[in-house]
Amino acid sequence: MIDWTTVSDLIGLLNDWIVIILMMTGFYIVIAQHNLVKKVVGLNIFQVSVFVFYITMGKIDTGSAPILKEGISVYSNPLPHVLILTAIVVGVATTALALALVVRINHSYGTIEENEIQTIEHDEEDVA
Amino acid sequence: MPTSDPWLILLVVVPLLAAPVCVLLRNASAAWSVATAVAWAVFAIAIKLLMTVLDQGQATYRIGGWDAPWGIEYVLDPVGAFVVVVVAAIGAITLPYAKRSVEKEIRHDRIYLFYAMLLLCLSGLLGITVTGDAFNLFVFLEISSLSSYVLISLGQDRRALTAAFRYLIMGTIGATFYIIGVGMMYQMTGTLNIADLRTIMPAVIDTRTVHAALAFLTVGISLKLALFPLHMWLPNAYTFAPSMVTAFLAATATKVSAYVLLRIMFTMFGDVDLFETFPLQPILITLALAAMFLASLSAIWQENVKRMMAYSSVAQIGYIVLGIALATESGLAGGIVHIFNHALMKGTAFMALGAIIFGTGAVTLKDLEGIGRRMPMATAAFVIAGLGLIGIPLTPGFISKWQLVMAALELDMWPLAALILLSSLLAVIYVWRVFEVAYLRPSPAGVRAPNEVPLSMLLPTWLLALAGLYFGTHATFTLDLAHTAAQHLMGGL
Amino acid sequence: MVFSFLSEAQIIQLAVVLPLLGGLFVLWMGERNRNLRETASLITAVAEFVLVASLTPEVLDGARPSVDLFEMLPGLTITLTVEPLGQLFALIASGLWIVNTVYSIGYMRSNNEGNQTRFYVCFTIAISAAVGIAYAGNVLTLFLFYEVLTVSTYPLVTHSGKPEAIRGGRVYLGILMATSIGFLFLAMLWTYNATGTLDFVNGGILTGKVQGPELAALMFLYMFGIGKAALMPVHRWLPAAMVAPTPVSALLHAVAVVKAGVFSVVKVVVYIFGLDLLTVAHGDDWLLFIAGFTIIAASIIALRQDNLKRRLAYSTISQLSYVILATAILAPISVAGAAMHIAAHAFGKITLFFAAGSIYTAAHKTEISQMDGIGKRMPFTMVAFGIGALSMIGIPPTAGFISKWYILSGALETGEAFAILVIVASTLLNAGYFLPIVYAAFFKDQTPRPQDDPYCKYDNHGEAPVAVVAALSFTALGTIALFFYPDVPLALGRALVGG
Repeated sequence: MIDWTTVSDLIGLLNDWIVIILMMTGFYIVIAQHNLVKKVVGLNIFQVSVFVFYITMGKIDTGSAPILKEGISVYSNPLPHVLILTAIVVGVATTALALALVVRINHSYGTIEENEIQTIEHDEEDVA
Repeated sequence: MPTSDPWLILLVVVPLLAAPVCVLLRNASAAWSVATAVAWAVFAIAIKLLMTVLDQGQATYRIGGWDAPWGIEYVLDPVGAFVVVVVAAIGAITLPYAKRSVEKEIRHDRIYLFYAMLLLCLSGLLGITVTGDAFNLFVFLEISSLSSYVLISLGQDRRALTAAFRYLIMGTIGATFYIIGVGMMYQMTGTLNIADLRTIMPAVIDTRTVHAALAFLTVGISLKLALFPLHMWLPNAYTFAPSMVTAFLAATATKVSAYVLLRIMFTMFGDVDLFETFPLQPILITLALAAMFLASLSAIWQENVKRMMAYSSVAQIGYIVLGIALATESGLAGGIVHIFNHALMKGTAFMALGAIIFGTGAVTLKDLEGIGRRMPMATAAFVIAGLGLIGIPLTPGFISKWQLVMAALELDMWPLAALILLSSLLAVIYVWRVFEVAYLRPSPAGVRAPNEVPLSMLLPTWLLALAGLYFGTHATFTLDLAHTAAQHLMGGL
Repeated sequence: MVFSFLSEAQIIQLAVVLPLLGGLFVLWMGERNRNLRETASLITAVAEFVLVASLTPEVLDGARPSVDLFEMLPGLTITLTVEPLGQLFALIASGLWIVNTVYSIGYMRSNNEGNQTRFYVCFTIAISAAVGIAYAGNVLTLFLFYEVLTVSTYPLVTHSGKPEAIRGGRVYLGILMATSIGFLFLAMLWTYNATGTLDFVNGGILTGKVQGPELAALMFLYMFGIGKAALMPVHRWLPAAMVAPTPVSALLHAVAVVKAGVFSVVKVVVYIFGLDLLTVAHGDDWLLFIAGFTIIAASIIALRQDNLKRRLAYSTISQLSYVILATAILAPISVAGAAMHIAAHAFGKITLFFAAGSIYTAAHKTEISQMDGIGKRMPFTMVAFGIGALSMIGIPPTAGFISKWYILSGALETGEAFAILVIVASTLLNAGYFLPIVYAAFFKDQTPRPQDDPYCKYDNHGEAPVAVVAALSFTALGTIALFFYPDVPLALGRALVGG
């Protein structure tokens, strides 16, 4: 018969499953998609999975928000929250920069599809 | 309670604060002046810190006065001091060079922004080297990486944009892997302070989480390090970036990533027999050898000399990783001293190429025919750097080869020693291709006389070339320093 | 001769540095002041010889003056030490440099060669490197100057800039670099790793540290690492370098490069391995065979060459292995003979190359088949050639006889039948490819060139310019003089093995 303890444990790891799914999805999009903007989106999804990972780490069972208040003795770990805020900011900067580059690439090449860009570059190199 | 050395934080903060000053100044020359002054100041601070570290063993600074492991601590030990001096020195030398080179290659209204980015990059690289906190390292890693993406994208050729984009994608994946690794380690140990991680590591080393963490950390840093086969971003990035940027990054960015690898393997995991527990040595040695041979072979077939040198850099990174992978004091010393020696040689090479670009506009082999006669000083500097890559005595490359082969012989790894020497011979082929074209072919008929390269570009190039020759002939200081650093890493002082 | 105002250490350092200073001066003079430039070259050459010669008396007395230049690696310095074999090589190099300079002036000007400044400057660097090799106090110093010699002679080999020259240069550089980085560097580090030192010491430094098959392997690495000694199969660079102008060939093949090669071989055998160690351990039996094979094979190839310089190149390869063979016999007297042969071959070969260049300058002929009757038009040149040829074969009254005598004595003493056979056979072969040239030159009639040959006008040529003839006459006389006054080279050779 089904071992419900294990199933319950596995379901309890829901957050981790989401992390893995998001990570792999994001990674796949980065590699497989030709459209540069979609690559950036993939990168974002990849980064979000890391955020979820950290936040999951920080939550303590029965812990409340990490704000000192009388009567509460168990708090969630505030450190991962801090780390994630930093990482989110870094992620935003990266995305902004990436999108700016995509705009310039579009301006220069007339397309944002990676395979088309590669063809243009290839032809250029043969002539140059 | 260790004393707090404020110079340590100034090293990072001064360039960081100078960057927005450049933005506010809006004037290209003013921005350059600020950047150069900062670079020289940082170099002076770096030397001071080296003295302190050699004297006292290490320097520390607690940010905000909070003690480690709760607060973020900056720690500088011999390895770190060594790398800091390399980065600062390259910054100090390439900035005077940058003035005319950048004026020629980058749109005038963007130059002040360029210098702002450069200062951020410098700050980031220095921050990585001095921080003692794993997450703080990520922050500085991204500061330096993001600014380098911008710097590269400012190149003249539009392929600089795609090169920067590709670097961005791969670099971000690498940084993200790094941060996954750090997260897992935090999960198991509860601390982010590197020294603290070290003491707690033996207790948790047998968990799958830590194994996975190590894997993520290594792969993440290898992406930044351009270790084969994760090096794909490097050739295009170095080829299409502005000349000064290539010179600066080639000598610093990957070296700092090598430093991070050392930190992870020998400090974070320093109290655990890392090389016994995991098959790291065979894996890293194989990858290093692959880098040395395949990249050198790729270099031979390149028509664009900048790209040739970029592949050569991938090969040289292979040498550094080989030294690290040997995991003995001699091996580490070899890797560490090559960080310095390679910075000297590649810095010279790329600055010389930048001078040639300034003079003639291009660096394909076709364009370089007879350049030895038209631009003797720049070409001669390049040849000196090239001889260093081959490993002729009197050049710093010889010293690195000596140390690495000695390290291999000490471990009775004969085939490895032979392979190291064999790959140097590949360097003979590609360096000599350039030499022949530059000196033994006549200049094409009707070619314009080259623009005269200003002294502000030739002087730093030759300074670095001569410094290379000096440290290639009087290598006692650098080798002793490398040995001290290696001892420190291995002995866990 | 004693320079009272210079200390010994300074003399030794100056011996290495002086050519470089001369080179700077030559560079400064450039194409504009050609006469001053040639004068500068000559004065530097003479001064160099005087400096080097001044050290001879004390070396013969048993002193081994030494000076540390600088520390390159922790615990390893670049050191110059004067000992008998090194002094012999330095004397030959610096002495023949004077003659070579005179010859070069004549040759380069008559043939209107380009890039003469670069030529003379590279010469000075090459000589400086050769003296550095001669006075090397440890293997690291030797390696350093050895590589400098390779790099500085490359522009000399590719001087003409023509495609053949570039190709020849690639083979030259390729083989020498491959052997030095691939083998010699490894041998050097192996030695350092095993013994903790790289100093040249009487009796060698390997006893007790390296033995058995490892010893043979280390010897293999050294012998093939020293590619300039042209042991087969790493000999191909020598004929490839023939594409260089003749003064360069003379320098390379008589004075500096090849001599540096065999000198290094002898030095390593005597001062790193030690004759006693090798005799006991039979570490060098294979060397005997390879050297012997090279001698015979190169002679046979020489027989089949029509191009004079190529025949001389293969003769050189053969003669170099004489030195290696003599050393491999391990008898003190044959090692002394090896040292003597370095001197004898230098004088003889440089004469032969000078003659070849003289023929080219005057008659624009390069193939032996063209040289019938040339002795009548160029008596000085061909008589000198004849003397050089006799020295190669080993017939008195030439220097080659003395060195061969010593080498044979050593072979007889140790009963090395193989060596005796090789020496005898090669003597016959040498006669076979040298004597016909001399005979044809004097006793056959000149065949005029066909009408459409662009060099037709040279058919009525006389002797080469004065400088050229003077140089080759001097070296020819030197070959004979060494027969009658072999004291200095012999004394140095004996001091080498006497201790």
